[in-house]
Amino acid sequence: MKSEEFSYKKNILYLVFESFCKFNLKSQLANPVMFIVYIGAIIVTIIGTTSIYDAAIKEGEFSYFIWSIAFFLWLTIFFANLAEAIAEGKGKAQAESLRKTRKEVMAKKLKDPKNHDNFELISPCLLKKGDYVFVEAGDMIPIDAQIIEGAASIDESAITGESAAVIRENGGDCDSVIAGTKILSDWLLLRVSVNQGESFLDTMIAMVEGAKRQKTPNEIALTILLSALTLIFVLVTATLFPFSNNATALSGNSGVLSITVLIALLVCLAPTTIGGLLSAIGIAGMNRLAKANVIATSGRAVEAAGDVSVLLLDKTGTITFGNRQAANFIPAEGISEKELAEAAAMTSLADETPEGKSIVTLARSLGVQIPDIDTLDASFIHFSADTKLSGINLKDRQILKGADDSISTHLKNLGGIISANVEKIVHQIARSGGTPLVVADDTRIMGVIHLKDTVKPDIKNRLADLRKMGIKSVMITGDNPLTAAAIAAEAGVDDYLAQATPETKLKYIRKMQEGGQLVAMVGDGTNDAPALAQADVAVAMNSGTQAAKEAANMVDLDSNPTKLIEVVEVGKQLLMTRGALTTFSIANDIAKYFAIIPTSLTSIYPELKIFNIMHLQTTESAILSAIIFNAFIIIMLVPLALKGVKYHAQSAESLLRNHIFIYGLGGIIAPFIGIKLIDLLLGLFIGKL
Amino acid sequence: MANVFNGQKTFLSFFLHPIEHTFYKIIAVSQNDEMDWKHYAFSIIIFSFLSCFIMGLILYLQASIMGMKPLDPNLIFNTIVSFVTNTNWQAYSPEKDIHQYFQVISIGVQQFFSPAVGICVLIALIRGFTRKNSTKLGNFWVDLVRVLLYVIIPLSIISALIFGFLGVPQDWAKEVTISSLETGKTQNYLVGPIASWTAIEILGSNGGGIFGTNMAHPFQNPNALTHFLGLFLILLLPTSLCYTFGKMVNDTRQGWAIFAAMLIIFVPLTSLTINQENNKISSLSSLPLETHNTSMEGKETRHGIIGSLLWASATTATSNGSIAADHSSFAPINNFLTMFLMQMSETIFGGVGSGLYGMLIFVLITVFIAGLMVGRTPEYLGKKISAYEMKMVSLALLMPLFLILSGAWILLHFLNIKELSVNQGAQVFSEFMYNLTSASNNNGSAMSGITMSNSTSNLILGFLMLMGRFWIIIPVLALAGSLAQKNTVPISTGTLPTHTPLFIFVLIGILLIIGVLTFIPSLALGPIAEHLGLAGAH
Repeated sequence: MKSEEFSYKKNILYLVFESFCKFNLKSQLANPVMFIVYIGAIIVTIIGTTSIYDAAIKEGEFSYFIWSIAFFLWLTIFFANLAEAIAEGKGKAQAESLRKTRKEVMAKKLKDPKNHDNFELISPCLLKKGDYVFVEAGDMIPIDAQIIEGAASIDESAITGESAAVIRENGGDCDSVIAGTKILSDWLLLRVSVNQGESFLDTMIAMVEGAKRQKTPNEIALTILLSALTLIFVLVTATLFPFSNNATALSGNSGVLSITVLIALLVCLAPTTIGGLLSAIGIAGMNRLAKANVIATSGRAVEAAGDVSVLLLDKTGTITFGNRQAANFIPAEGISEKELAEAAAMTSLADETPEGKSIVTLARSLGVQIPDIDTLDASFIHFSADTKLSGINLKDRQILKGADDSISTHLKNLGGIISANVEKIVHQIARSGGTPLVVADDTRIMGVIHLKDTVKPDIKNRLADLRKMGIKSVMITGDNPLTAAAIAAEAGVDDYLAQATPETKLKYIRKMQEGGQLVAMVGDGTNDAPALAQADVAVAMNSGTQAAKEAANMVDLDSNPTKLIEVVEVGKQLLMTRGALTTFSIANDIAKYFAIIPTSLTSIYPELKIFNIMHLQTTESAILSAIIFNAFIIIMLVPLALKGVKYHAQSAESLLRNHIFIYGLGGIIAPFIGIKLIDLLLGLFIGKL
Repeated sequence: MANVFNGQKTFLSFFLHPIEHTFYKIIAVSQNDEMDWKHYAFSIIIFSFLSCFIMGLILYLQASIMGMKPLDPNLIFNTIVSFVTNTNWQAYSPEKDIHQYFQVISIGVQQFFSPAVGICVLIALIRGFTRKNSTKLGNFWVDLVRVLLYVIIPLSIISALIFGFLGVPQDWAKEVTISSLETGKTQNYLVGPIASWTAIEILGSNGGGIFGTNMAHPFQNPNALTHFLGLFLILLLPTSLCYTFGKMVNDTRQGWAIFAAMLIIFVPLTSLTINQENNKISSLSSLPLETHNTSMEGKETRHGIIGSLLWASATTATSNGSIAADHSSFAPINNFLTMFLMQMSETIFGGVGSGLYGMLIFVLITVFIAGLMVGRTPEYLGKKISAYEMKMVSLALLMPLFLILSGAWILLHFLNIKELSVNQGAQVFSEFMYNLTSASNNNGSAMSGITMSNSTSNLILGFLMLMGRFWIIIPVLALAGSLAQKNTVPISTGTLPTHTPLFIFVLIGILLIIGVLTFIPSLALGPIAEHLGLAGAH
């Protein structure tokens, strides 16, 4: 799903329009913190309006102060709306390019699945789950479906961005097709697997658009805490009215705080920074996932990804390349390594399998001259299920390679045996998790080729990163425990599950969950479905079956099993961004107190002015500066909210230390500087307020 | 104590075990009959309501039995609530309003019960942390009996004996006549079961003295040793419960961390109070006084500045509320500090039991914010903190702040505080706020100078005390109930450690920031303005 990068400049008018649309009561009610600002802005506007009226009738002064406060309160809300609109805009652009793929096509609905020619053309909207549809080369797949009959190459670039065609066929793990993809060759008989509106494409569009976005559990908990804090500040500012009233009586000075000042104070204190950016952070998290070509079916799953404590990784494709390669040659007694390498290379000259090629490559690296096949007067023995041997027939001799028992059977016919020494080597290799191939030159045993599954070079570091984050990695493999243990040790996984079957996987996940762990896994096959459904975070490969995709809560369009690690990082980043901005928001309040409280109370108790440590010019400019800072900090932090805080794998303790330092301490200091600067600017432009 | 709460044997079990079981038989509970949080909370309310009812009856009847002047119903309400909620606000005058016999059977009994209830709530919360996939929090009646029998009663007997040994009198309602310092006059003093009363008054963070002047009275607190013992006992249970907490959650580091956070806030503030009173008051320096270098007004010469201020800090930090000096005579900055200690919502040591569960509320808020910052759903002691927990935590956090501020608002509407006080200026507001804070946070100490014992104040303060206690207990128990139902997440390097200096630092930061943000405006109009006024006068 490669879409054009969303351009802010081109869409600025659209974004502004969207932000104004969000001023309606319903959107504002969704966010308690911003709702308080909304109410405050309305009240101050009313006060401002009555002040015009008063000014016209009486000798009253037109209050530029009230109007400036009102303006900046509305601006605060506008900025919060804008942040949300920008985050949504990114998603909308992605959704738009997805929608283009869903061109209006007609579906060939079959009355009888056996008769491919008797169809009626209907709109895909009318298709129901269980209907049969026929598609042939050149058609668009009208709806998500399962292949009942046939095999075809399909262009899925509209969904995955991958231009190479993929083969889809009935049976096995590649039997599902997605609406919006195009069939390039052959034909398919499909059974519709979803109802209209529930298709994969629909889910994707809804998710990236944020239309179906529900608050995640963590977001709800944070909203509760922020609401509680806001409520405290409502009380603090509300009671300041009778308190200051009383203080004037006690001190004999005048200066009861006006409602405008109190509302300004409330808005400054309320955690508007995080409140205004909260939904943008959530949407941006989904977008980051979408950018990594992962579609989550719920925000809850993304958040859970950050909490994952056990990661189940498939051995093949994730930890290893998935094909065995020659690692070294171990010669038999009296034979040099080079001789063995030469013989081994000869057996593999015509072997096109990755294993065969790797043997030739290894031999070449040892300095063996590889003869050209065409110049050799030789015939090749290809691997057959019957003999389980492959090799070469030269003029005078036959060189063969194969598993030790196949070679031994072959030798028995010729009257030879495998020596005890070679047998020992074979066992050693098998025990270490490798595959031994014995090479025989006629009846003479040359030695053993050690084939082993190659661990991906970067996997060890990634697993170490996971460990730093406190995530345990578990390798799942169908191999025997010996092989599994050897590869596990080499890759550095924390645990492995050997000879895994769907049942043992499910049991393992259940056991982990009972111990309080959150389990994430990747799967593609239908037999993975129960385990995927059980896991807390389940990523299905796009190449996988419909059953797997339905059981999972995320789909990886690239079908790259290592993606899971990225998903975990996005989840963590999402929570961290929320935490960091909450801390920043609360830490900001200290400076705002120093700006507003001393200046606004000095008329009651003049001695309080020593707390005006920023030496702000007047009460009005102090309050305005705080309000302006409060509004602009939201828009300044939008990039951080969208990108998320920087994240490196490290322990919780050092992460906390860094974040407290940057967002806690920074949050205390930044507004002191900001408010002072704004105050100076206000003084410059407007003169002494 | 952990053993007591876990129902295991202690060295006292030998002879207390039979008594314990007799109690269970009398109140017909089985030790294994555990309750869920609603049942537990309901039991506490029933128990407190019964306590109120019986106490009300006693206070109502005592006037006719002893032929004393009947008390105002609002004063009775205030007094009952004050003692049942472990506030020990004394709107009545102990020497003249209630006869000593009746004080002992009504107030005295509550001084045992109310701290025990506080500990029970704490135990229930700790069980919430330690239990897995369970709805049960233990049996309130069993916990109550065990706390009283094994902890509070033995400790108070021992301390009463020491108080007696150190010269605190113990007798029954007797008057002694002493010739006054003014020649030719005599004064009458009441003597009563002072030693035992003082013991539980101090130990159970009660603070309602047998004398109106509490620990400033020479009979209750005759010398430096009793003063020291008092200080020790004030802090004994609130601090040692931190250790008990650590013990019960199987990680004593957690208990120490909380204790350290409390201590780090308490010690500097206390030192500051002492330092402030030692400051020369320059406006007095022109007067021919011997002690013009320090500010002795309102303090007992027996205890001096340090003794008085240590007591003041300890009594406000814990929710004890007994006083050893006249708080309205302190330097304004100390009114600020003591008030701030109370406003930290019973977290810095706090009341018996209630202090620690108050602190745990803040720990959960800290864990939540800090937990987000490390990119995990926040968890404390293996329990994930989700929306429901945050709801309860927010309720418990909001309530005391809400009560103080809205209570002040309402009372300002009814009272003209300027006329009620003998002082003037910002000091009046300080006194007013101090007393409201004291009631809402179940502290019970008072800043005299302002008369807050009129009928309206009694009613409203009583209401504040009631809400300040039970509106925290119920969310705390709900929290415990929800935590107990959760599975425990195993600890990994991705888990935020909650015992490190860094966490303690963040916890203190959050405590102070929330406290400061909430109360600075009102404090600015009270003690801060007054302090600056004094400083500015020279």
